[in-house]
Amino acid sequence: MTRIDTRFAELKKAGRAAFVTFVMAGDPDPATSLEIIKALPKSGADVIEIGMPFTDPMADGPSIQAAGLRALKAGMTLKKTLELVRGFRKDDNATPIVLMGYYNPIYIYGVDKFLVDAKSAGVDGLIIVDLPPEEDDELCLPAMKAGLNFIRLATPTTDDKRLPAVLANTSGFVYYVSIAGITGAGAADANAVGEAVARIKRHTKLPVCVGFGIRTPEAARAIAEKANGSVVGTALVDALKNSLDADGRATAKTVNAVAELTAALAQGVKGAQQAAE
Amino acid sequence: MNVAKPNSYRSGPDDRGHFGIFGGRFVAETLMPLILDLEKAYSDAKADPAFQIEMNGYLKNYVGRPSPLYFAERLTEHLGGAKIYLKREELNHTGSHKVNNVLGQIMLARRMGKKRIIAETGAGQHGVATATLCARFGLECIVYMGAVDVERQQPNVIRMEMLGAKVMPVQSGTRTLKDAMNEALRDWVTNVHNTFYCIGTVAGPHPYPTLVRDFQSIIGNETKAQMQEIEGRLPDSLVACIGGGSNAMGLFHPFLDDPSVEIFGVEAAGHGLTQLHAASIAGGRPGVLHGNRTYLLMDADGQIQDAHSISAGLDYPGIGPEHSWLHEVGRVNYLSATDDEALAAFQLLSKLEGIIPALEPAHAIAKVMELAPKRANDHLMVVNLSGRGDKDVPQVGDILRGKSK
Ligand SMILES: Cc1ncc(COP(=O)(O)O)c(C=O)c1O
Repeated sequence: MTRIDTRFAELKKAGRAAFVTFVMAGDPDPATSLEIIKALPKSGADVIEIGMPFTDPMADGPSIQAAGLRALKAGMTLKKTLELVRGFRKDDNATPIVLMGYYNPIYIYGVDKFLVDAKSAGVDGLIIVDLPPEEDDELCLPAMKAGLNFIRLATPTTDDKRLPAVLANTSGFVYYVSIAGITGAGAADANAVGEAVARIKRHTKLPVCVGFGIRTPEAARAIAEKANGSVVGTALVDALKNSLDADGRATAKTVNAVAELTAALAQGVKGAQQAAE
Repeated sequence: MNVAKPNSYRSGPDDRGHFGIFGGRFVAETLMPLILDLEKAYSDAKADPAFQIEMNGYLKNYVGRPSPLYFAERLTEHLGGAKIYLKREELNHTGSHKVNNVLGQIMLARRMGKKRIIAETGAGQHGVATATLCARFGLECIVYMGAVDVERQQPNVIRMEMLGAKVMPVQSGTRTLKDAMNEALRDWVTNVHNTFYCIGTVAGPHPYPTLVRDFQSIIGNETKAQMQEIEGRLPDSLVACIGGGSNAMGLFHPFLDDPSVEIFGVEAAGHGLTQLHAASIAGGRPGVLHGNRTYLLMDADGQIQDAHSISAGLDYPGIGPEHSWLHEVGRVNYLSATDDEALAAFQLLSKLEGIIPALEPAHAIAKVMELAPKRANDHLMVVNLSGRGDKDVPQVGDILRGKSK
């Protein structure tokens, strides 16, 4: 059992969906980023996804792309991302941490060394956007061996024929990408999402969380009624960005800006469980 | 290098798209089903004689193939040494080798029923070729181009617009070819149901490196036959410039299993290999970007570094995966030429042969200037003249005038 499995088991018992937040490691600077991540569980996040900054995030929209570049400019590296997780773990040993990003920085770090260091830092799962099941040998299988969940994305183009391949080595949860598109684009249609989640559930017992295109407490709630979790990223990254000064530096408002939106979104998700009961 | 030599250098990739450790399919899940469809459509097309016949018709009557293999007598005399032949890809319709590949991919897109075509372009040559064939077949065409390249390759931007394509300047990142490719991938992820992504070089996820290579291999196949006819034998060496490496792969591939043929790929060394450049093999190492594992320019943390070349078409921090493999198995020698060397070669070819080359193949000519004098008089050297210089005339004119001031 990883922290992810434990957390979803607890949520199931409590009869409610998970609220999953995404923020970029080191955005806008490493110290503020740690404060933000520490504030997330207190504001109602059940699972935290942390973006690993990359120069060429080809499945991300402008907001997350800019967040990654801000972090890189502030000196963020993969090593410092793991230190960030280590820092978070000093006070929180329960909230699952999932690293999300692209393969190249991990490949350059060295897959085996990365898995050892990630595990010891307190990482629970990985979402690597550019590693489909066809490339499972690269990181997915070694990660499973190392005791980390490899969380796969399923998308509207993943049909019934392909789903078993996508789910085969997935653990922790399934991340359903509600739109064929990049992060921050479009808005998820709750009914279509409901059908897709039901379709995935016919193939797996894993929890299914849904992300891409969820920005408001109402949307987070509507999705949480259809799935085991709502994931919000771009809206939080935008809230962070709007709190920065003209030079892109953190201000006294930055941590609160993210925490307040997190709390409002968490309320939305928690409302869903009551609606569903 | 301690890598096992294969029985044939032409048999790759394996069925998962790997050339040694290079290649593969490193893309978002959204794209995987389409990439598998494309792989199937391509293998069906290859087996369909009607596809070949139709394509050959367009290659002959629309593109203007075969392109001549021209003996560059004055360049040969000037340099002393090898007999230099130019493979005249610059005479193709649209002015470069890019059209060979685009024709193939557009015909595949038609087979797959796709009506919306997207492409990325650096110098604009691939964009112009794509816009041209989209016009010819009545397809919607969107071309992503780095904002920096939109500035320095104005003539091609205007051409694309005249052909009815929509040129999208890309403002993210370094605002050059790599960012145009990111943006095209984002568009594709978003519009995957109706869109065909026409990739301009031998890079990207499998099967692109293979299918682009196959469509470009007409360059080498013609060269083989033409050299046989002119000189009665194989050439002794081949030289081509490398951005992603499609014109080079097209010339090289049919000769890979002919051990007597020396092969040289020329990367862009920009301001020099210790400064800003675009030489992925000389200055990079294996990494994963844009759907494939290949040599890339990056920092110690795996972040992709900016490439620089005077030539927008070579200004890319990566190279096709098959080249990375050919480098590691030692079949092809990868050299590099600086901006200044390319400019000198650009002027030399213009003045001696009355052929204004694009800045991209000027890099290849620059290395011919070094290699040819060291070879015997009966050595047959073929240079791929991948494109003509019309697009570069304003840029080079500014540089030369600036210099002479
Ligand atoms: C004339 C010409 N040659 C070469 C290239 C480089 O591409 P590749 O290495 O794929 O041939 C370009 C790219 O724009 C080009 O326009």
